Amino acid sequence: MEALMNILQELHPEVDFKTNESLIDGKVLDSFDIITLISEIHEEYDVRIPVDEIIPQNFNSAEALYRLIERLQDE
Amino acid sequence: MVVTILTTYLITIEIGKLHTRRDIFLKENKATLSRDEKKAYREIIKAKQKKLLILCLFVDLGILAVLKYTNFAISNANAVLRLFHSQEISFMDLALPMGISFYTFQTVGYLVDVYRGKYLPEKNLGKLALFVSFFPQLIQGPISRFDDLSKTLFAEHSFDGRNVTFGLQRILWGFFKKLVIADRILVAVNTITKDPENYQGIFVFIGMLFYAVQLYADFTGGIDITIGIAQVFGIKVQENFQRPFFSKSITEYWRRWHITMGTWFRDYVFYPISISSPMLKLSKTSRTKLGEKIGKRVPVYLSSITVWFATGIWHGASWNFIVWGLMNCFVIIVSQEFEPFYSKFHNRFNLRGTYGFRLFQVMRTFLLMCSIRILDCYRDVGTSFKMFGTMFTKWRFSDVFQGALLDLGLEKSDYYVLAIGVVILVMFSLKQRSGNVWEKMENGPLLLRYAINIVLLISVITLGAYGIGYDSNQFIYNQF
Amino acid sequence: MMKKTKILQVAAAALVTIIILVFLEKLLMPKYMTQILEGALISEYYQEKEKDHDVIFVGDCEVYESFSPITLWEKFGITSFIRGSAQQLIWHSYYLLEETLRYEKPEVVVFNVLSMKYDVPQKEAYNRMALDDMPMSITKLKAIRASMMEEEKFITYLFPILRYHSRWSELTSEDLKYWLKRERISHNGYLMRVDTKAVTTIPTKKRLPNYEFSEICYHYLDKMTALCKENDIELVLIKAPSLYPHWYDEWDEQMRAYAEENDLYYINFLDYTDEIGIDYSTDTYDGGLHLNLSGAEKMSEYFGRILTEKYNLRDHREDAELKKIWDGKIAFYNQTIEMQFSELELLGYIKAFNKKKEEG
Repeated sequence: MEALMNILQELHPEVDFKTNESLIDGKVLDSFDIITLISEIHEEYDVRIPVDEIIPQNFNSAEALYRLIERLQDE
Repeated sequence: MVVTILTTYLITIEIGKLHTRRDIFLKENKATLSRDEKKAYREIIKAKQKKLLILCLFVDLGILAVLKYTNFAISNANAVLRLFHSQEISFMDLALPMGISFYTFQTVGYLVDVYRGKYLPEKNLGKLALFVSFFPQLIQGPISRFDDLSKTLFAEHSFDGRNVTFGLQRILWGFFKKLVIADRILVAVNTITKDPENYQGIFVFIGMLFYAVQLYADFTGGIDITIGIAQVFGIKVQENFQRPFFSKSITEYWRRWHITMGTWFRDYVFYPISISSPMLKLSKTSRTKLGEKIGKRVPVYLSSITVWFATGIWHGASWNFIVWGLMNCFVIIVSQEFEPFYSKFHNRFNLRGTYGFRLFQVMRTFLLMCSIRILDCYRDVGTSFKMFGTMFTKWRFSDVFQGALLDLGLEKSDYYVLAIGVVILVMFSLKQRSGNVWEKMENGPLLLRYAINIVLLISVITLGAYGIGYDSNQFIYNQF
Repeated sequence: MMKKTKILQVAAAALVTIIILVFLEKLLMPKYMTQILEGALISEYYQEKEKDHDVIFVGDCEVYESFSPITLWEKFGITSFIRGSAQQLIWHSYYLLEETLRYEKPEVVVFNVLSMKYDVPQKEAYNRMALDDMPMSITKLKAIRASMMEEEKFITYLFPILRYHSRWSELTSEDLKYWLKRERISHNGYLMRVDTKAVTTIPTKKRLPNYEFSEICYHYLDKMTALCKENDIELVLIKAPSLYPHWYDEWDEQMRAYAEENDLYYINFLDYTDEIGIDYSTDTYDGGLHLNLSGAEKMSEYFGRILTEKYNLRDHREDAELKKIWDGKIAFYNQTIEMQFSELELLGYIKAFNKKKEEG
């Protein structure tokens, strides 16, 4: 989880990723951010997030994102 | 269209079958198979599906490519051949079915969604055919997603008076925009852009502004008519515009203009490319070779350029559209890069969020978009740049003050109508920010509602720029 | 109950809208009360209370400028009406005739055959002037179909507001003055001109590649012949004595032949100008294209005699009712003559026609 937080924080240092739960709905992250994230997550966790998982539910909070990563790692 | 529908139908059914087979198999054997075995099985199925996907894409996109872009390819080939003084290829006479760009994309979206397992394929050929050929969308879109549209398209439809009213009002409003505003100002736009020799300097600017009005009124008007027609039948089609000229940046603009096209390219081109294995590998290598900062940007830039190139060429089979797409890309990337500078600026001067600054942003975005769209006005790259330049080199206020505006094909009365029309448009958009105007009207005084509708109808009939001498069937996006 | 009130509301709104549109359409349609008076000719027939004439004329400007129904009445007691319009084409004429026959059955129909030379629609304006004022009917629909030019749209004839809406920015006081009612400008279809412009030169006739009249024109001529025969009406083919457009001998021949074949009377007035007494220095107002009042009255005297003798037309001058009506017409006629002459004296031109017109 820590690594993920680092990645997120580096992307947008001004955002509080611990509490913000509407990263997508609130337009905090845009499509560029998303692909940078995915690329970094791939680096860090060795998982590929498929396109159909790029939905608000998975990206609205750091928590949700981490859960996604874990799920993909299990498969 | 028939070929597209049939091929897609057959192939998606096949892909769907594979999905089902896989799910059943995995479920049954959940306990017995090891993780790696499961993974391997998935890979096999995926490979099969991929082959089917590629075949279908080949057919669907192939049809589009051949019908729409053959002559473009030929003209480019001829340019090269000319260098070698060899025989040029003659152009082919290909008929372009209406809406081919729109329905092909809509179909491909459906195909990829099924491939990704988002939903099961539609087993009813008639229903799929209806989805692909849904007529109100054929001219200018919007590009719908199967899960969205099918829900409302195939649902039980009871005659709902409210929907009919709203639908009809929307259609009327769309015609108002198209016939009274867009088709009227089109005359002036054409005068300026079809004669670049005589209309330079300040006229280029006027042309740009007028074209912005025309494109907006025509495109959003057409979409209003489309959505309105669907609404009368109780079908809810996605919105395609969200007050785009109030955007504060180009990035935001593309989230508010031709929304369904933007999201389509994002979901079916941008994301797939940018997170594909080759791209990820490339990003890894560039990170190690060129350093974090640059490496990070590689997937973003490459994908963006690809997407905008595709967007450009989707709009039209000629270089000016491609350049247009790439220019948009360029501006977006540049503004991204400038972010840190902007932050520093705002930290210093604390202007962010003030009304004045927001206004500045809106104006800046508007002017920037007008400028880029100049490639759409003069269908030739060289001329576009040349004309843009004359705005700075040959600008003369006096040109306009000698009554030149009345030489563009419009009379004083036309300008009054346009002025009032634009004011109405702006007011409508401003009002729309706080909620659907038509729904708000529903609660207003009865007489006022009827009066507005009647006045709109009479305005369209009387003031519409149609008839011999005008031709309102030139929907701008109709060559799609 | 809510639904019922809603339906009533919508119906009321629709009614209001339609009424507004009807009035708007009347406002936007050209009135033809100044400069292009020819456009108002067709409408005047429908205003006649007594639609029962001995003779009906159909055809183009040569017909509405060459005969005076007033003279025909005054000299012979013949009642007549000229259903002419600017460059009326043969299919216009045929359908106008078909329509007229639903109102009355004249003894004689006179048709000017110049329009045999036009085998395709010529100009939208002439279509409009011939068709717009016809009340809606099956005949009108057929006429529209036959007349439309390529760029014209059928629906604009059903709803003329769709054609004339752009006039909103060109409305003049004329449109307001005659919004709901127009003034009479013709005398039973005769458009009076008292001014004179002597013949100077006539363009030389050109050699044509083909002199045969087209199939479609013969088709309509046949229809006209058949229609008259069916209704026991005498059809008379004429060629008015205009010096231009040129009436070729080859054309004259064809009409002679046609008349013979079909047992019709054909008269080319160009052959009888001396007998009639036409003087091309005093009897035309535009150098030989059309006759003026003086010419028209001479023509009417000559032709009236032929008609009476040949077809035993009754002299109605004894009929008290008709006399009353025609006395009114004569008064209006003389009024117009006076007015035109005084304008000519004071201004040097006639106000209603002072803009250059199209050749008709």
